[in-house]
Amino acid sequence: MDLLQDISLALQEGNCEKIEVLVRQALSAQVFPKDVLDRGLIAGMNVIGEKYKNHEIFLPEVLLAAKAMYKGMDVLKPLFLKSGIPTLGRVVIGTVQGDIHDIGKNLVAIMLRGAGFDVLDLGKDVPAEKFVEVAVKEEARVIGMSALLTTTMSAMKEVVERLKKRGLDGKIKTIIGGAPVSADYARHIGADAYGYDSVNAVEWIRKLTAQS
Amino acid sequence: MSELIEISTRDVMPAEKSVMLLQGIPSSRRTSENVKQLFLLARSMLGKFVQPVGIMKDIPQKTFHDVYKGQSFNAENTPVPEIARHADGLALFAVTLGRGVHDKINELFESKELALASMLDSFASAGVEKAADIVETRFLESLTARGIVGKGTVVMRYSPGYCGWHVSGQGKLFEYLKPSRIGITLRDSFLMEPLKSVSGVLIAGKKEIHVFEDNYPFCSECETHSCQERIQALLGNT
Repeated sequence: MDLLQDISLALQEGNCEKIEVLVRQALSAQVFPKDVLDRGLIAGMNVIGEKYKNHEIFLPEVLLAAKAMYKGMDVLKPLFLKSGIPTLGRVVIGTVQGDIHDIGKNLVAIMLRGAGFDVLDLGKDVPAEKFVEVAVKEEARVIGMSALLTTTMSAMKEVVERLKKRGLDGKIKTIIGGAPVSADYARHIGADAYGYDSVNAVEWIRKLTAQS
Repeated sequence: MSELIEISTRDVMPAEKSVMLLQGIPSSRRTSENVKQLFLLARSMLGKFVQPVGIMKDIPQKTFHDVYKGQSFNAENTPVPEIARHADGLALFAVTLGRGVHDKINELFESKELALASMLDSFASAGVEKAADIVETRFLESLTARGIVGKGTVVMRYSPGYCGWHVSGQGKLFEYLKPSRIGITLRDSFLMEPLKSVSGVLIAGKKEIHVFEDNYPFCSECETHSCQERIQALLGNT
């Protein structure tokens, strides 16, 4: 049990070397890989998420913790090869076409992975059709879109409309975020949710995936 | 004729406060040892990989309006044409920090060095704005030297993608300015490569011409209203 707490703490410190050693130790001690993931790595990222939400820590600390999370996952991955790493669902995420601002989007992707979601990050400047195509092909449950420019946020509406046209609204949920958008705008374009920051986005995606 | 502007690495090195703000860290907060180390490493990387350069070209009113019109996707009513109408001088400009830092940031993200990548990205974002500041200054100096403007003139920059100027405006801007001379190209979606580049129009004139209120129809879709911060800074109120 202490070992899992130590993993969580090492992750919170962003200590990559320590986390790799501790995860191996836990596995040698016959701790289930799923427990190492849920009660060690994800538990640590949840603490990071809370601290970030409360402004106790900031972006660099979150990213250092994320790197430690990936180090731990690298050790666990081979053990989940047959069944795949257990996830809460697949989320396709990207910054909409015409927009290159991706720090917020990257942070949401990191927080989602840290919370146990499988994230397909399409990057920035992503055309509307690509969001939909990838989400359908990869059986994603949620599409997350980010924009920083007022002139590009209309691309979010295009994604929602494409889903509707194909009868996929309701099956594939949509969430939007970024400085120029709001809950009102999400309602206006028919998106399912608006995340005002990365932690809030994860909370919403948990709710959306629980509904579908 | 367009003018190439050499910019030194030292001149684009941003202040710690600007970088930390882009990292979401208020200046009142003390940073942890881990973050301090990241900051120092990213600063040395910026110094190593950055190659700042700019280009600018004086344009008449008619050309400005042609460039601004772009592909006719702008918001119906926007402040920039009115500001330009009262200008004493107009120029198109572009600046870039170069391909090296762009590639380094991507390489760090791909190798999951997220914190360092993000810190370097913030350094470069703040740095390219400093490069654009330098081009503003050079334009003002050039206008002053030619006797076109006198005391009390200021220069402000406006870019496609902001304040109702549709990002597709980049197309015309690139046709006239040809920033490929300094290594900047345009993607189909009108975004620039390398990403740490800024382009737009420089407008010289009295302070008052740059003052506008954030009550245009498109302003309701904007949550940052950073135009007002720029205006207040211009008026010396910050």
